[in-house]
Amino acid sequence: MSGVTRTEYCVIACAEAWRGAGEILASPMGLIPSLGARLARWTFSPDLLLTDGEAMLVGLDGTPEGWLPYRRHLALVTGGRRHVMMGASQLDRHGNQNISCVGDWERPRRQLLGVRGAPVNTVNHATSYWVPKHSRRVFVEKVDMVCGVGYDRVAEHPAAARFHRIARVVSDLGVFDFATPDRSMRLASLHPGVTVEQVGEATGFGLAVPDEVPYTREPTEAELRLIREVIDPENTRAREVRG
Amino acid sequence: MSDKTMTADEAVSRLASGMTLGIGGWGSRRKPMALVRALLRSEITDLTVVAYGGPDIGMLAAAGRIRKLVAAFVTLDSVPLEPHFRAARERGAFELMEVDEAMFMWGLRAAANRLPFLPVRAGIGSDVMRVNPALRTVTSPYDDGETFAAMPALRLDAAFVHVNRADRLGNGQYLGPDPYFDDLFCEAADTAYVSCERLVDTAELTKDAPPQTLLVGRHVVTGVIEAPNGAHFTSCAPDYGRDEAFQKRYATTPWPQFAARYLSGDEGAYQSAVREGS
Repeated sequence: MSGVTRTEYCVIACAEAWRGAGEILASPMGLIPSLGARLARWTFSPDLLLTDGEAMLVGLDGTPEGWLPYRRHLALVTGGRRHVMMGASQLDRHGNQNISCVGDWERPRRQLLGVRGAPVNTVNHATSYWVPKHSRRVFVEKVDMVCGVGYDRVAEHPAAARFHRIARVVSDLGVFDFATPDRSMRLASLHPGVTVEQVGEATGFGLAVPDEVPYTREPTEAELRLIREVIDPENTRAREVRG
Repeated sequence: MSDKTMTADEAVSRLASGMTLGIGGWGSRRKPMALVRALLRSEITDLTVVAYGGPDIGMLAAAGRIRKLVAAFVTLDSVPLEPHFRAARERGAFELMEVDEAMFMWGLRAAANRLPFLPVRAGIGSDVMRVNPALRTVTSPYDDGETFAAMPALRLDAAFVHVNRADRLGNGQYLGPDPYFDDLFCEAADTAYVSCERLVDTAELTKDAPPQTLLVGRHVVTGVIEAPNGAHFTSCAPDYGRDEAFQKRYATTPWPQFAARYLSGDEGAYQSAVREGS
């Protein structure tokens, strides 16, 4: 197997969010994170809990193993045994995320979904973000409405900060974390074929960039076979990310 | 024992403009759409609507019936953004209390438990606190001293929910995988109207289904409405799934045109129009 696509690097990067996570619920929002969560469970995180997207906890073959309607899901969230990978319409250098609206909240230019569960997620368990099209429209200096709480905001609330962790941001260009002294966003790896300059141009704030930026790791032969033949044989992944 | 059966129009006739109305279901799932359609046929307006929002909100917003909305989101699920809700928000058509999904649930729980508020960690650090300046915080009286959001009770004048089966007394049963928060909506309300796919004898409720499917108790129900296909076009598992084609039509048809085609007659006319297709 060869010719690893950009999309497949994205799947690997998303899967890595759940490495070593243990017996917790992986809540992927969106296609690529879903493939990543399944890959993680198939390989290096076999204890993960997965849902059918409705009210059932299911195994990799779809066998139900538990009941998780919304009310129990919310209890699981506050219990902390979950790592969600959410989307982000806007994201800033501190990891504040917006999915509510663009423009003034009082009279938005673009009404989006609403805050949904982003506030409860981010002060209770690990959260990661997935951005399929990295651009200055998403990676902004300041988000219009803080839904998911970032490192600067949570620092004002030490008790809530105990449970706050933004593990990683995965985009179609690379992987980002907050492993800097002031917990601001850092370029952690580039997907092969992407340059630091490209990422900088597509980002609306100054990213922390280490002297040596590694590339996102290669999938193993076994992982690539799983993605292509078992997890996503229809190649639905190609619809979400080009290349 | 009292027979609580009534029509959707009778249920709506007991409401008044200016009331706070809770609507059960979640997104575009098991929404009490027959009751919402009856509400749209009435003159009732100026409502404060409390919901995990779907097309119920879109329709009431498009028809100009909402003064204030309490919600964490409004979505059609398979169509992520509700077009009529969006348009209404973008033209500043109503007031919004935007809270997190968990805060919303604790607001209902507080109301159901006759508490003024419940403490939640959710909301802390987010702009939910900024856009709801009336939201207070509360400090734990114990040694930890943590500060929480004090989510106020979401007490409702009335609630609308839709379930799979109900008896004439008001016992409501769900047969799908998720109860959503419909029992809480009923418990948080002064009056609750439960529509159902099929009205059955009490004994039939547990003939083939376990007792934990009995979601809504008659002590919190005011009226029972038999409304076959009453959640259409939202899902009502296992009786039927979401009518995706119809939902798409709803989402892409200008509201006046949609309303004229589907909402100018009674529920029977709606269901006939749905059967006839476009």
